Amino acid sequence: MTTLTAQNIHKTYLLRSGLRFSKLQAVKDVSFELTAGRTVALVGQSGSGKSTIAKLLMQLEHPTSGQLLLDGKPIGRRGAALTAYRDDVQMVFQDPFASLNPFHSIGHHLRRPLLLHGKATAKTVDARAAELLERVNLSPAASFLERRPHELSGGQRQRVAIARALAPGPKVLVADEPVSMLDVSVRLGVLNLLARLQREEQLAMLYITHDLATARHFSDEILVMYKGEVVERGAADDVILNPQAEFTRTLLKAAPEPGTNQRFLAEARRRGVPMPDHLAHREDQ
Amino acid sequence: MSTRTPDPASAPAADAADHHPSAADLAASAANRELVDIEDLRGDDSPLSQEPVLTVRDLSIEYEVDPPVRAVRSASFQLRRGEVLGLAGESGCGKTTLAYGLNQLHRPPARIVEGSVTFHGQDGHDVDVLALHGADLRAFHWSRIAMVFQGAMNSLNPVISVRAQLDDVFTTHRPDMSKAERLSRSRELLDLVGVDPDRIGAFAHELSGGMRQRVMIAMALALDPELMIMDEPTTALDVVVQREILQEILRLRHELGFAVIFITHDLPMLLEISDRIAVMRAGRIVELETAEELYFAPKHPYTRTLLGSFPSLTGDAGDFIRAGYSDEETR
Repeated sequence: MTTLTAQNIHKTYLLRSGLRFSKLQAVKDVSFELTAGRTVALVGQSGSGKSTIAKLLMQLEHPTSGQLLLDGKPIGRRGAALTAYRDDVQMVFQDPFASLNPFHSIGHHLRRPLLLHGKATAKTVDARAAELLERVNLSPAASFLERRPHELSGGQRQRVAIARALAPGPKVLVADEPVSMLDVSVRLGVLNLLARLQREEQLAMLYITHDLATARHFSDEILVMYKGEVVERGAADDVILNPQAEFTRTLLKAAPEPGTNQRFLAEARRRGVPMPDHLAHREDQ
Repeated sequence: MSTRTPDPASAPAADAADHHPSAADLAASAANRELVDIEDLRGDDSPLSQEPVLTVRDLSIEYEVDPPVRAVRSASFQLRRGEVLGLAGESGCGKTTLAYGLNQLHRPPARIVEGSVTFHGQDGHDVDVLALHGADLRAFHWSRIAMVFQGAMNSLNPVISVRAQLDDVFTTHRPDMSKAERLSRSRELLDLVGVDPDRIGAFAHELSGGMRQRVMIAMALALDPELMIMDEPTTALDVVVQREILQEILRLRHELGFAVIFITHDLPMLLEISDRIAVMRAGRIVELETAEELYFAPKHPYTRTLLGSFPSLTGDAGDFIRAGYSDEETR
């Protein structure tokens, strides 16, 4: 069982404007645990510190205080220990239009992590890259290996980004708004894919989003952040259906949701029909 | 938590059968709904009149590339005074091209192949929008139809102040206004959209995303237009700020009575704010209905697909992501 634990982490940025310095507390005393086979969602407004936490987990930034433990041991900070950490913890970025290099083929994006992390040799690397593409439902894999990012749709690109994150064989996956840049009709497909990969590989997942509906359905636990602090945490359904913190209620009220809108509920009564469940009739995926 | 996560092995069959909610489920989810009862943005006293403000007939727009791309195919609709018309569809379906074509903002290689756009002014005169050009078109733009552009967060000029940008609207369209009149009107506009008028000297980078968006709306309102076209005005904002902006837009519509064409792919949001919704796909308007009719009785399969793309926040819809019984479908 792999666990990545964050213990009381703080992150303070020093801001400079002219000669004056000020401090910005981006993350204040946040603790959580990512365990195999479970998804934790981090929700909150822009600027609430969600992405800072992703950066801290990926060691793109270091906490001002507090510590990160992988399986109970402090995480490797440099050299071989850092590479080993990156074997285990990988990330899917928000924007698949920016996170893939337009100069390189899809194959290049997958071969590099495979070789750097010693997951394949020069002989086996193409076959391994093709396997990864098959895993994210991009087939025939051979035709995708040669293509460049601009020849792919947004959803396909994000699948490549997921395949790349899976290349080193991670135990923990950090997904920072993995579907917010995608067209609505392909979002569920990508989330379903992530959910399937998680089940199959028993990944520990951190899902960062501002979409409360997918947070609820996609994750087991939800942490609500406000100005760098966790204001509410709990089982996904509890947080959404029975919110305790004032800010969680604000967030829930702000989300467009015809299903809870008075006008639509009144219309349902007028028509004498239940509220429709449009997802139940979904034919494609 | 583990109580709600079905055993992966048994999940597909069991949950698929369960998926159609029973009466008890519906009652339970209705009870849940009351917890996060969402206020109605649109309100019942919508200032809708039967009088049209814009009539579009068989509008087709083509990009003259090789081979030519027909981005809008025979779009026809009539917009009533004070109406909020939602235009929904995914990237590349032609919604922005249509919006640009409506007030001749399209640039080559885009070309209007056929059709007509008639603007029915409050003064009783009809304007054939597609026949306008030169000075007439410039005078028409912004004073009759204003637009809030896609990525409006980044459409403010970064090197001049908000004041100079609002001023620019008046010096161009209302050359008779004095400097003092321009300033007082600019401050009034900022106040109207909920930005402190004292921030008038600020530059774009000194404002938050939501405030920049409000300034853009203030600019669009400057000349009291009868129609506002808003192209994804809130996509880059988080939900809380988005809701504030939407409330502002609908409040202003009540006060000022302009019609709105609201373009976005966020169908749940459109359902809440629109009187009618047009669903676009591959350049065609495939369905145009009232928000209620579209939600309760969608006719076109694509409308159903779009509606089915949004998991429900409080209902059961969408549970399959976690439970995984759509496994086969994702392969």
